[in-house]
Amino acid sequence: MRSPHVPELVCPAGTPAALRAAVDAGADSVYCGFCDETNARNFPGLNFTPAELGEGARYAHAGGAKVLVAINTFPRAGALGTWHRAIDEAARAGADAVILADIGLLAYARERHPDLRRHLSVQAAAANADAIRFYVEEFGVRRVVLPRVLTVNEIAAINKEVSCETEVFVFGGLCVMAEGRCSLSSYATGKSPNMNGVCSPASHVHYREEKGELVSRLGEFTIDRVPRHEPAPYPTLCKGCFSAGDYRGHVFEYPVSLDAAALVPQLLKAGVTAFKIEGRQRSRSYIRDVVTSFRRAVDAEVAGEPIPPGALQRLSEGQTTTAGAYRKTWR
Amino acid sequence: MSMNDASALPALPGALRLFLAPLPLAPLEFALQRLVTSVGRRKPGLFARLGRQGDKVFLVDPTDLPFAFLMLPRRDGPRIEARRRDNSDGWDARIAGTLAALLGLVHGTADGDALFFSRDIVIEGDMEAVLALRNAIDDTELDLVAEMAAMFGGKGERVERIARRLVPMASRLSGLTLTRWDRS
Repeated sequence: MRSPHVPELVCPAGTPAALRAAVDAGADSVYCGFCDETNARNFPGLNFTPAELGEGARYAHAGGAKVLVAINTFPRAGALGTWHRAIDEAARAGADAVILADIGLLAYARERHPDLRRHLSVQAAAANADAIRFYVEEFGVRRVVLPRVLTVNEIAAINKEVSCETEVFVFGGLCVMAEGRCSLSSYATGKSPNMNGVCSPASHVHYREEKGELVSRLGEFTIDRVPRHEPAPYPTLCKGCFSAGDYRGHVFEYPVSLDAAALVPQLLKAGVTAFKIEGRQRSRSYIRDVVTSFRRAVDAEVAGEPIPPGALQRLSEGQTTTAGAYRKTWR
Repeated sequence: MSMNDASALPALPGALRLFLAPLPLAPLEFALQRLVTSVGRRKPGLFARLGRQGDKVFLVDPTDLPFAFLMLPRRDGPRIEARRRDNSDGWDARIAGTLAALLGLVHGTADGDALFFSRDIVIEGDMEAVLALRNAIDDTELDLVAEMAAMFGGKGERVERIARRLVPMASRLSGLTLTRWDRS
């Protein structure tokens, strides 16, 4: 059976080269951010200057794709100007939408750039219809990126009650916490993912071989240690291996990544408008492979054909994938 | 071509390592320095993207070769030094892996995170510097065939044409990604 509607494939771009790779591989939209703390992937060597964003937007538009600019951290008191300038620069560069989380920035964007689409970032953690309606009514939000804690049935229920579009993650790294509210990395490093834009900043991550094991540390905290032939441990506290009472293991979350390709039909039936691929911090090689794979999956579903099997496990963080909360089970 | 679904990356034969081991490093270093200087002139964006991490010293360590390279990616004059492994101290960050893995990263056929988590590459030292270098190189879309040809100035175009005819066979024989993924 043919799909009820054609979804938008929203793809990550951490660099101009990655943006071109995403557009060339069939992205409907590309999301990216500026080289500063205004977005949640503020990593060294990553992101766009305003001039690069302008060039990227021209490339994307020529290829029939849209550009969405993530300005999705929460401004520090006394430093609002940095975030306001980012919104102004995104508008000037020809962005098709800004992805925001902070209500002050939503108000600023609505007032200063009323014609610029406003999407609500996953960082806002709007996980029910009432919360989403508030953002739609007060700030004219046109699309909400849903937190990765909802089942397919919950997403369907939300879509029945809201007037805006919804976007869900279908591939990439997972957060165990409600996005925008996690303080694990802040506790360990003094830098906030939600304000400085980087979870487990590279400046605080250390890997070292010790007695035949690879040990990962974040600041002063040992996160995990693995023997020689196991995948390298992930550098975030939420995916670390700890002892709690008699239990030793991944206390918060297993080091797995989301792969919801098989759930594309159900998510479409649940009324989802856009599928998002995580990974602005990844290479153009990752972008090309993952976008190509999901382009095929989405096109197959729209044409009423079976979804081709993917081969993306090797690209996932932790080298293992899960359907995440979409198929919720409990330990 | 993509390496991301490969289960194992090829290593250069041990016999080649033995053959290369006693050779002097000076000619290799001279050629590589010319290449790096040329890249510095042709790709200034790489150094801009590196930012202050360009002040760091990187040890690029192809584990299937008998030597490694100290890279100093300075914006005003990038430098590279070939070093024996027993004389390769003084780095801030070390990136080690087979030559196939390292060339895959340069030419956009491999993903750095995937290679790291699968332990096909090993990273030690300053992670911030490594991330910046990886992202800067990935964005620069380097093609070493084009960069080497550019060193020949006016004759570069002819050199590149000849090299491109030889590259597919050399890639097949060695298992190495010798040119940018979209030009192979």
